Amino acid sequence: MLIKKQNDISSSEITDEVSYHGRREFIETVAGAAAYAAVGPLVPWFQRRQADELTSYEAITSYNNFYEFGTGKDDPARNAGSLRTRPWTVTVEGEVHKPGVLDIDDIIKRYPAEERVYRLRCVEAWSMVIPWLGFPLANLLKAVEPTSKARFVEFTTLHDPTQMPGQKRNVLPWPYVEGLRLDEAMHPLTILSVGLYGKMLPNQNGAPIRLVVPWKYGFKSIKSIVRIRLVESQPVTAWNSVAPREYGFYSNVNPEVNHPRWSQRKERRIGKLFKQDTLMFNGYGDQVAQLYSGMDLKRYF
Amino acid sequence: MNRAQLVRRVVKPAAFVTLLLPAVILARDLAAGNLSVNPIEDITHRTGRWGLILLLATLAVTPVRRITGWSVLIRFRRMVGLFAFFYLLLHFSTYVVLDQFFSLRGIADDVVNRPYITVGFASLVLLVPLALTSTKGMVKRLGGRRWANLHRLIYVAAGGGIVHFVWLVKADYRDPTIYGIVLVLLLASRLKLPRWRSVPS
Repeated sequence: MLIKKQNDISSSEITDEVSYHGRREFIETVAGAAAYAAVGPLVPWFQRRQADELTSYEAITSYNNFYEFGTGKDDPARNAGSLRTRPWTVTVEGEVHKPGVLDIDDIIKRYPAEERVYRLRCVEAWSMVIPWLGFPLANLLKAVEPTSKARFVEFTTLHDPTQMPGQKRNVLPWPYVEGLRLDEAMHPLTILSVGLYGKMLPNQNGAPIRLVVPWKYGFKSIKSIVRIRLVESQPVTAWNSVAPREYGFYSNVNPEVNHPRWSQRKERRIGKLFKQDTLMFNGYGDQVAQLYSGMDLKRYF
Repeated sequence: MNRAQLVRRVVKPAAFVTLLLPAVILARDLAAGNLSVNPIEDITHRTGRWGLILLLATLAVTPVRRITGWSVLIRFRRMVGLFAFFYLLLHFSTYVVLDQFFSLRGIADDVVNRPYITVGFASLVLLVPLALTSTKGMVKRLGGRRWANLHRLIYVAAGGGIVHFVWLVKADYRDPTIYGIVLVLLLASRLKLPRWRSVPS
């Protein structure tokens, strides 16, 4: 397995790209100014993809979708203080030979965190670039030895309205549940994250442990996980159960399949003014497209 | 100063300034960096919300006047209605300029394929003739009855605004539901009272 190759964007690469694009942008500005007289043709030029720069820590930790703490983007940062992340355990069960209840500190000790800089594309058509700290989910799954019956992995968020006041309203079916096919879960890009920007995960970002699947819409990357269950059949997941036409089980980032109510062709990178094109599999197609070979991605969206 | 002068010289200018406040506060928050890290979304949501609130306030003038007997309220209805239109124009301009950056293809695609944008856009278009005929001169030229009939379009536009809100929400329907109930009450208050109430006892 190519365990060492998964870091899609290393920090050094980013700096290089920025200065590269800076040069190219200048040349294009001069050439472009001469070429385009009208505003109309300039639109795609303004909206072409920019180099991936890290989104600021402030933005990543103040603009969140975490309905357990309220449905406003600023609610999680304001309300997540009531979440107690110690003691915390993650129950691993279902179709595994070695089920167990894992303590979060044991998990952190046993699986050393590495930095992964990933793009995050929200289903609402905004995006960020986040330096996660985490480890491949595959490492944990291998340790519990899935049985031959295991085909899917089901993740569950904590359910406790006293700590998560948003759960007092039935906006979504609580607890939040998400799921992956076992091969998606075992993919080296899929990580369990315990931090970002070199620090412990802030509560509003899904402390103490969350999933990150960078080629899928953000809501698949479930936060504050208390249970991981390996199962035979496709789990019933939160958003998919609420609106199956709008949020598929797979929910791979796909600019060709629009959300029924809005376009998925473009995204606004938080911190940038203009929208830019959204990439198939959020730009991770080289590494994940083979998981879906032969599948009709318009049907299995 | 008599009462009419007081209304004209003091209350009306005060109302004008008050109705402008949301825009002033928005501009201040934008300049001070008090908006979220997605300021375009904030501007869009705030202007849209104020547009809807003021549309409902415009519709509230008649029932509130009837209940309280404060006939002076009617003299503010045009101002409130025009401010609703002003905020909705800001809302639309934010979408065209900041969100789509004049991308005609993107806008056309949205208006045709995204029902919530179709309805929102149509509702704004319905308000244009109302804003244009809001002057005293136009009321005279159209004649009171025709003018009043034309201005019933606000019922359709407000309904469209609620639908626009409901259709863009992902899961939390609390706010659009509240606005929707208010609109239903305001429209219900316009139904003719049942005949038996007017029969002398």
